[in-house]
Amino acid sequence: MLTFDRTDHSLFGRWWWTVDRWMLGALGVLIGYGTVLIMAASPAVAERIGLDTYHFVERHVINLIPALIVMIAVSLLTPRGIRRMALVVFLVSLALVAATMVIGVEIKGARRWIHVPGMSIQPSEFVKPAFAVVAGWLFSLQRTSPGFPGNLVSILLYGFVAAALLMQPDLGMAFVVSAVWFTQFFLAGLNVALVGVLGVLGVCGLVAAYFAFPHVTSRIDRFLDPSHGDTYQVTRSLEAFSNGGLFGTGPGQGTVKMSLPDAHADFIFAVAGEELGLLWCLVLIALFAFIVLRGFSRAFKDTNLFVVLAVGGLLAQFALQALINMGSSLHLMPTKGMTLPFVSYGGSSLIALGFGMGMVLALTRKRFGQGDQT
Amino acid sequence: MTGRGTDEIVADLGSQSRRGGAVLEHGGMTRPTAPLRDVVGHALEQAHNRLMVTAAVLSLAFGVIAIRVADVTLLGPNVDTHAALAAAGTPQGGRADIIDRNGALLATSLATASLYADPKLIIDPKAATRKLVKALPELNHDEVLAKLSSEKRFVWLKRNLTPRQHYAVHVLGLPGLFFQNEERRFYPSGSLTSHVVGFTGVDNNGLAGLEQSFDKKLKASSTPLQTSIDLRLQHILRREVQAQVDEFKGIGAAGLIYDVNTGEVLAMVSLPDFDPHEPAGLDKDTLFNRVTLGVYEMGSTFKIFNSAMSLDTGRIRLSDAFDATHAIHVGRFTISDYHGKNRWLTVPEIFMYSSNIGSVRMALQIGTATQKQFMAKMGFLQPVPVEIPEAAWPLVPHPWRDINTMTIAFGHGISVSALHLVVASASVLNGGIMVKPTLLKRQPGVPIQGERVVSERTSEQMRKLFRLVVTDGTAKFADVPGYLVGGKTGTADKQRGRHYAQNARLSSFIGAFPMNAPRYIVFVMVDEPKPSAATHGYATGGWVAAPAVGRLVRQIGPLLGVEPVDENRPEIRQAMAIEHLNRGPALAAYQPDARQE
Repeated sequence: MLTFDRTDHSLFGRWWWTVDRWMLGALGVLIGYGTVLIMAASPAVAERIGLDTYHFVERHVINLIPALIVMIAVSLLTPRGIRRMALVVFLVSLALVAATMVIGVEIKGARRWIHVPGMSIQPSEFVKPAFAVVAGWLFSLQRTSPGFPGNLVSILLYGFVAAALLMQPDLGMAFVVSAVWFTQFFLAGLNVALVGVLGVLGVCGLVAAYFAFPHVTSRIDRFLDPSHGDTYQVTRSLEAFSNGGLFGTGPGQGTVKMSLPDAHADFIFAVAGEELGLLWCLVLIALFAFIVLRGFSRAFKDTNLFVVLAVGGLLAQFALQALINMGSSLHLMPTKGMTLPFVSYGGSSLIALGFGMGMVLALTRKRFGQGDQT
Repeated sequence: MTGRGTDEIVADLGSQSRRGGAVLEHGGMTRPTAPLRDVVGHALEQAHNRLMVTAAVLSLAFGVIAIRVADVTLLGPNVDTHAALAAAGTPQGGRADIIDRNGALLATSLATASLYADPKLIIDPKAATRKLVKALPELNHDEVLAKLSSEKRFVWLKRNLTPRQHYAVHVLGLPGLFFQNEERRFYPSGSLTSHVVGFTGVDNNGLAGLEQSFDKKLKASSTPLQTSIDLRLQHILRREVQAQVDEFKGIGAAGLIYDVNTGEVLAMVSLPDFDPHEPAGLDKDTLFNRVTLGVYEMGSTFKIFNSAMSLDTGRIRLSDAFDATHAIHVGRFTISDYHGKNRWLTVPEIFMYSSNIGSVRMALQIGTATQKQFMAKMGFLQPVPVEIPEAAWPLVPHPWRDINTMTIAFGHGISVSALHLVVASASVLNGGIMVKPTLLKRQPGVPIQGERVVSERTSEQMRKLFRLVVTDGTAKFADVPGYLVGGKTGTADKQRGRHYAQNARLSSFIGAFPMNAPRYIVFVMVDEPKPSAATHGYATGGWVAAPAVGRLVRQIGPLLGVEPVDENRPEIRQAMAIEHLNRGPALAAYQPDARQE
């Protein structure tokens, strides 16, 4: 293992002694956990759709390398560096999201991807963490710099982002971005009455989505009334959990992956439930909770409002994505195509995750009296 | 601070304020304005507080997920898993048995194993094929090799192995071969009841006969379906009908044994029949049910209904006579008699000699409207209401003109199924009650629903006419001492296209016994019998079908518990006696006016 002397003042030396090594470790464990599950779940899926047995395993590992590099590299930055980079990434990726309307590739009825040689990229994945940081920054400006209309600018940007995502349409992403933005607004001191108003608006937005998008209507109907239509995936998923029981059938021994088309992505939690059992599922949940709460506790000690808001937003996003994925598998909410962070096979979205968590790591580094510099 | 953008300055005010505070302790440096520091401090405190709230909410959400996982993994979802189904004791044997009226198995389900392969897991297709073909010699080597070498993940190799075959493949120990537990429908009596019971497809869905019409019920319950069929009678009937087909080189045949009082079909044979285990690839003719699905112009047997109708109206009596001296010419048709007597005939004589001319004259006297109404009562205008899906619509004239009335009198111009004919005859013989036919055993004690179609008196007269045909008429070969067999022959020319064929006919005999109190109808019909030397060139119902019915009654009478009677006992003689059968010489001088009296 790499070790650094306390007195090592090189870039990595300082990084090692200031970064939240607990969170780093938890992320490492999560990535390992995910790799094991991908190895168990994806061969069945790959063979079913005619790919090489280990296609998804290979792609996952290949994507993990740049994701880890991005995560570590980003975590080396100072809060100021993060702010600048997030702004650039936000603007570029928002432009790319807009560009998907023109040059995007339509997959399953939505234009979300841009093909570049070697891979297809979903720019909205990068908008998500970058916007959390930018919004955190704007909200903090509102409070710390009287006269600067941070909230207003934030609201305008949110409007742009939400509109762009709804046009793709990518309702799940729009929902997560909205919830995170709202959480940040709340953290930034939005008065309680307005919290209520925005909450109501959010519910209205969901109801509107129910009526506006037929696939949303169908999914929600199927959730509320399982006899209403095809609930094949969720039924299989619940069967898998029940099949797994306390200790699971053993890694690789499950059968749900044979019949679930998304066993390596949206329903990987069901594979975990079947093959690893309740105890390991609880470990997984605990890992997610640990990362989120650990980050929150670091933010709680931090005195930089921007850091508090940005970290709060990024971690809320991370938590929400995990909760929605697991909740869908457990029939606690309508199925929504959302990956389990670092665990699901996700291709290029892994890099976006690395980018987001890299920013969390960077912002939660210990800064000794110089919140600005380190 | 110079050189930094304003935005960064303001953004960092939060930390600066803290720094300001720290600086303040050391004293001396400029400090931010107090109100701004307070505002920032307040904002930070609020953010921290609300961070706690957010953390609490997220923790709660993770807790809910954890509880839900425990709930789902340990208590199981509310879906019926296979394990749950098995635990609930749902019948695993699946499809219920079909049995005959005495409990003999007609159809049952056996648990079998079917062999399939995942070619991807086969290590050496050539070696595997060699071993497999050695274990199951009926498999084709090249086909198996092609299957095992394919890129598919699933190929059937053989469905429904016997336990011995299952074992033989199992001990090969080849990876990539798997067994699927299945159930297979098995018919212990093979082709004997094929047209009644029908068959199922490879996935155990009923595709014909009772298997089809009771598909849902058979799948849902494990109680056997008890049919009205008596396997012993079925066997005898098939043997005798087959004997006639062989002797007269018929292309097919139909046979029925029917309880006239309960409407139960005790035996039903349609030839050719088939092996219900292998129905695939059979031609339509083999699968064709000649008893219920085939409709035919029945010919002279229809004189049963012509006579019953005439007598039941009360406008024609047994003693009435009709002019059968000359053929009747209607347009381009000529109606003549086969066994022509060329004289006036009484109603019983018309029946026993099967006079077409006499029958037409009777029908004309009754009229078209009454005839149509009567045929409807006999059930000839609707499919016969039996429980198998192979029930045909009759072919009836539309419009029903007087010429149709004339031809229908002797069984042409209307096509019905054999079961139609038997069910209607039963209602004429059983005292006049039309009972719905059934292929299911009637439960004792359950009253049988029926509807009166002719009077008891008519029924009694018809019994005498039936008996007369066997004692003195066209069906002497059907007689069996002591069983008082009665009946009516039928020989109908078959239509070929738009004309009647010269040498293609349906020869049938509908018999019933004992005629003093009829209990059973025995019906035999041979499709396109060829005359033989033994029958002196005849291939009529009396020669082809009546002897078979005689033999049948002789065999099934004792089985059915019908006691033979002494036919010379006075009360029997009286019951069968017809007063004005033959008026002898008087008939020659018979005047039409005489019947007006």
